Amino acid sequence: MAEESDALVCFIEVQKSYDGEILVVKNLSLDVARGEFLTMLGPSGSGKTTCLMMLAGFEPATHGEITLDGEPINHVPPHKRGIGMVFQNYALFPHMSVAENLAFPLQVRKMDKSEIDTRVKKALDMVQLGEFGGRRPAQLSGGQQQRVAVARALVFDPVLVLMDEPLGALDKQLREQMQYEIKHIHEQLGVTMVYVTHDQSEALTMSDRIAVFNDGVIQQLAPPDDLYERPDKAFVAQFIGENNTLSGTVKEINGDNCVVDVDGGGIVQALKVNVDGVGSRSTLSLRPERVEVNPEGGSLPNMFEATIKELIYLGDHIRTRASVCGQEDFIVKIPNASHHAQLQEGATAMFGWNVEDCRALDG
Amino acid sequence: MASETATPATADVLTTVDGRPLKAALAEAQRTRRIRAVLLVTPLLLFIFATFLFPIALMMFRSVDNPLIAQNLPKTIAVLEKSWNGKDVPGEEAFAALREDLMASRAAGQVGKVATRLNFETSGMRSAVTRTARKAKKMKAPYKDQILKVHDAWSKREVWATIKRLAPTITGANYLAAVDRKYDADDNIVSQPEERQIYVTLFMKTLWMSTIVTVSCLLLGFPIAYLLASLPLRHSNLLMILVLLPFWTSLLVRTTSWIVLLQTQGVLNDIMVWIGIIDDENRIQLIFNAQGTVIAMTQILLPFMVLPLYSVMKTISPSYLRAAQSLGAHRFLAYYRIYLPNTMAGIGAGCLLVFILAIGYYITPALVGGQDGQMISNVIAFHMQKSLNWGLGAALGGILLVGVCMLYWLYNKLVGVDNLKLG
Repeated sequence: MAEESDALVCFIEVQKSYDGEILVVKNLSLDVARGEFLTMLGPSGSGKTTCLMMLAGFEPATHGEITLDGEPINHVPPHKRGIGMVFQNYALFPHMSVAENLAFPLQVRKMDKSEIDTRVKKALDMVQLGEFGGRRPAQLSGGQQQRVAVARALVFDPVLVLMDEPLGALDKQLREQMQYEIKHIHEQLGVTMVYVTHDQSEALTMSDRIAVFNDGVIQQLAPPDDLYERPDKAFVAQFIGENNTLSGTVKEINGDNCVVDVDGGGIVQALKVNVDGVGSRSTLSLRPERVEVNPEGGSLPNMFEATIKELIYLGDHIRTRASVCGQEDFIVKIPNASHHAQLQEGATAMFGWNVEDCRALDG
Repeated sequence: MASETATPATADVLTTVDGRPLKAALAEAQRTRRIRAVLLVTPLLLFIFATFLFPIALMMFRSVDNPLIAQNLPKTIAVLEKSWNGKDVPGEEAFAALREDLMASRAAGQVGKVATRLNFETSGMRSAVTRTARKAKKMKAPYKDQILKVHDAWSKREVWATIKRLAPTITGANYLAAVDRKYDADDNIVSQPEERQIYVTLFMKTLWMSTIVTVSCLLLGFPIAYLLASLPLRHSNLLMILVLLPFWTSLLVRTTSWIVLLQTQGVLNDIMVWIGIIDDENRIQLIFNAQGTVIAMTQILLPFMVLPLYSVMKTISPSYLRAAQSLGAHRFLAYYRIYLPNTMAGIGAGCLLVFILAIGYYITPALVGGQDGQMISNVIAFHMQKSLNWGLGAALGGILLVGVCMLYWLYNKLVGVDNLKLG
């Protein structure tokens, strides 16, 4: 998606270590396209926030180069980078009113008073807080503070806006609402955004592309639907959405498909995605909603007997935990449709799935 | 009454199910808890009252209390009030009353105090009173000439006017003395003679030195507090121990070690001579003067500045500074516009604390202050321990107390005591 000429930000072979012993970011290369909404997603300690801090200029890169608009910025101090940033706890200046907070970046740029006033007003209107300019941040609710923080990061028209888990402190409902608002602001302004989160649903909702971080390495960089439906790595399959895993050894490879001998018993036909060759270890990934319960005999290439361990009623679907091929925590989602399969705890049933839904990934 | 409680509740008074007013029921339900709370704080309240409030009140009363003359010279005062024109030396009647009063107070052993008291007002009165009292018994009427012969102070009109003026048992004279004023014999407020004007200057000097100490503490304490708040815990703990170390060392030890360091033959002067900054003849007098007091007090009061500052800085998220920088402010501008205003509560609390402690400081000026490093508290101590003029000491202390209360009030007006953070 990101072509060379279109890239606004490039990380080129960036490495980062804090103590000289452990690499927090390992050889990272990443291009962020102009106007893109890119999310860095990963568990805590995966290096995503460090990357953001290097881009913002608060942490120096130990090795490698970061360019913004083609210019290397490794030695440009943060205040000269012109990058807007929304912080985890908003970092609104408590001794200033909302309007003063928004005016701050304009004042340090020595704009004249009337220009500042118009811009502040416009920015406040954009986040529907036109009436709140005179208030102190402490007098606002969490969601309102969040909007002020977004407005402040945008008010000086930066080409790039960074967001460091900005919705982490909000409750679930507000978080979802803010996700849409930020997404719409991004669409309206066409500004490039780099967003850091550990919340996968947030990443899926908002992003053009998601970079999944683990252990200082980008595991996969892809649009949301690709990440969910076509994960390349076992970690990505496991981290994004719910996932069943079966470990085993590759027995044979037939073109795009392969046959895996699962450790707990059973021979599974799978799509060959990321396996080294015959004899290597592989993790099979299978989404719970792609499993059919009691399919017609012979209709699917993979069919196994399952012992039902637990049924949890969740309204729109029934979450079923079963034991399949030695895997005790095999999850199946049975949609609460009319005539759906009726299962009993302790009973057995047949589970089946297609070759293309079962992806053979790295072991 | 029974029929009244049985009537259904009216709409505007809420009642319990059995018809009692809700407020009464609530009060009863909470009574035990309230009594328990009061009992819990009672020992502390009594302690504070007995050891703090009551002695302060007593001292404040002593600063205006003036019973001595009224008790010892009642007849003289009565005569003076009744029949003296206030212009000449009074007549025989007053001298007769004076003789009787002095005999009575000699018998009661009070005459020395009366003599001292009158001597505060007019020097030379000590011998006049004691000698007259001693010889009073042998005198025979008429007394005027005999008493005048004993001591000619009694021929001064002012002496009699002073006795009449000192008659009220409540007086503002101590407060006047504390601000270098006094009543002349005729109840007019006049300045003390120039050689006795010491207190206003001393108050000013105390305020000035306290200001210097406070500013020095702020300048030295701010970077330390900043380091404490921003270093990782491992290092900041060590630094914190260094800051707190003075608290675990005796004040006396710390003050005397300054003497060792700063005296003319001390460590600092030796080093400066050795390096060659000064030569051996021109060693600098660093202690036993105001400079020494300021240096030692700054060191001793520094923790009281660092701790409130630290507790405020600890709450300032480092992301404020980062945010300011990401918004385009240079690091220094970010400190000035964002960090500094957020430390104001700590600066206020620290300065207030250090200043209040400094203006009442006693032991350090007493030990290292020499002649010109003395502060108002040293004079209060002098009046309490040496001159035994407790009234004046209490008045000086009272002025100090009012000053501190005014500072506190001012701080509350400007910053708000709610923002005071001491740790």
